[in-house]
Amino acid sequence: MLSYWTGVATLTGIYLIATLGVSILVGFTGLFSLGHAGFMAIGAYGTALAVKMLHLPFYAAILVGILASMLAGALIGKATLRLKGDYFVIATLAIGECTKLLIENIPSITGGARGLADIPRKTNFFVVWTILVIVVVLLHRFLNAKHGRGCVAVREEELAAKSIGIDTTRTKMLSLLISCALCGMAGGLLAGYMGYLYPIMFTMAKSNELTMTVILGGAGSLTGTILAGLVLIPLPEYLRIESAEEWRMVLYGVLVVIVVVFKPSGLMGNKEFTVSGLLRRLKKWFSKEKRNGEKGAGERG
Amino acid sequence: MFVQQLITGLSVGSIYALMAVGYSLIYSLLNFTNFAHSASVLIGAYAGYYYITLVVDNPITAALCSLVLGAILAALIERITYQPLLDKGARRIYLLIAGLGISIIGENLIVVLIDGRFHAYKTALSSMPVSIFGASIGVIDLIILLASAVALLLVQFLIQKTKVGLAIRGAAFDLTTASIMGINVRRLILIVFIIAGSLAGLSGVFLGIKYTAYPTMGNLTNKAFISAVVGGLGSLPGAVVGALILGVLETMISAYVSSAMRNLFAYALLIVILLIRPWGLMGKSMEDKA
Repeated sequence: MLSYWTGVATLTGIYLIATLGVSILVGFTGLFSLGHAGFMAIGAYGTALAVKMLHLPFYAAILVGILASMLAGALIGKATLRLKGDYFVIATLAIGECTKLLIENIPSITGGARGLADIPRKTNFFVVWTILVIVVVLLHRFLNAKHGRGCVAVREEELAAKSIGIDTTRTKMLSLLISCALCGMAGGLLAGYMGYLYPIMFTMAKSNELTMTVILGGAGSLTGTILAGLVLIPLPEYLRIESAEEWRMVLYGVLVVIVVVFKPSGLMGNKEFTVSGLLRRLKKWFSKEKRNGEKGAGERG
Repeated sequence: MFVQQLITGLSVGSIYALMAVGYSLIYSLLNFTNFAHSASVLIGAYAGYYYITLVVDNPITAALCSLVLGAILAALIERITYQPLLDKGARRIYLLIAGLGISIIGENLIVVLIDGRFHAYKTALSSMPVSIFGASIGVIDLIILLASAVALLLVQFLIQKTKVGLAIRGAAFDLTTASIMGINVRRLILIVFIIAGSLAGLSGVFLGIKYTAYPTMGNLTNKAFISAVVGGLGSLPGAVVGALILGVLETMISAYVSSAMRNLFAYALLIVILLIRPWGLMGKSMEDKA
């Protein structure tokens, strides 16, 4: 029983790394993606094949996976990020589907639809969560540094960002590469944890799920993404009903539409969850209770 | 053999064209990809299936029924989801997300409420051949080709010759200016969604007859996105040309190379186009788009 929940926690950690990558792209830079499961697939198969065919040690192989994923990202980014319009979105869709179809259609290398088995199992709970913590710390640092703020500026008002000297195309590319690297890494960890890979692990539904988790958590909040991920990723594990997967997706869809229409900022908005912030919030809330009735008291906490 | 494949390809392409024109119409007006398009395709396909199975085996009335349902659904989606967002002046990405949410709801509701299986239309037409120039061609391919052509010509007439069409063309050029000129933009957007929805519903029936009705068939709208990009994003003639090219090439690939390569080819084509000619065959972003 304990090992079962450790497994759930490990997988949650792995997908959370991928979700954080998507959060940088979708949440902080405002670029929409429909194909990040494809980047996970590239990372996963890149890692697995580097281990199996090149006999690299596992962590070197993960690097290969990450690089492969970033290369694919660079390819579509180079082609579409400078264009105005939905070219980038459609390109992510294409890369996601293309990857899956390529994996299915070259069975001599990837095992095709029957999957790739006997990958050495080199990851566990502690490795995944250590990496996750490091990733969160690094992303936090990144977002408070020049380039991270550049991403937010691009999301908020591209023209204004350009006018104060931010190279918007480069900033978008940076954000895309970070998200690809994280998804590739998550894929590699998945390969090393599961020991086998199938192309159906990386469908468009998975890509959509990654993006929607980010939106529900709050576009532009790392802690929001983490909270949403911790709740939503293991959801099918505690909802063990018939066709739970489909109901979960219906729920995701409904929640996403409601959130977008009524509270587009998501669970956390663009704020981060901190203890001091929570205390401030509570204090404000209590003082508001006290002032109940005084209309338009002008003061704001 | 070749003629037969060509006709099949054109008929597949004309279905893609139905979806792609609706998609491009909305894109040219509002500059966002309507992912909820797949919901109208889905409802069209399932409505057609139930109509033919339960009511009467008549593809024409089935198509009309699907067309109306597709249009109603698109109008509802526009009013409930997109309109509030547009009124608020929400960023484009939120429109994309809302559309994605709707397409996911649609696909999974079908699985939950009906089932996840493939539903083949029980119509006599789908396997009836006819001989032209010595090639045996499916009647259904001809019907699809003809009906799609009629529908697309009607849309073309609507856009080029009527007052509403003039308004759509104006709004595609510049939505804000059009609204200053006294065009009721909210109503216009609704009309565009209804046109797009009815075309999507129609394409749903045809897809259902040709293949089957199944929950993830909404993903076939991806082919419409590809067609639109190949032809030039936002251009209606481009969408039709792109769709026909895609349909014919896909059919040829699956006939002469391997049917497994079909989808791979379509997505690879998209990536190649984006790399070498992102504005597509007929696109020119500053030109009159509708």
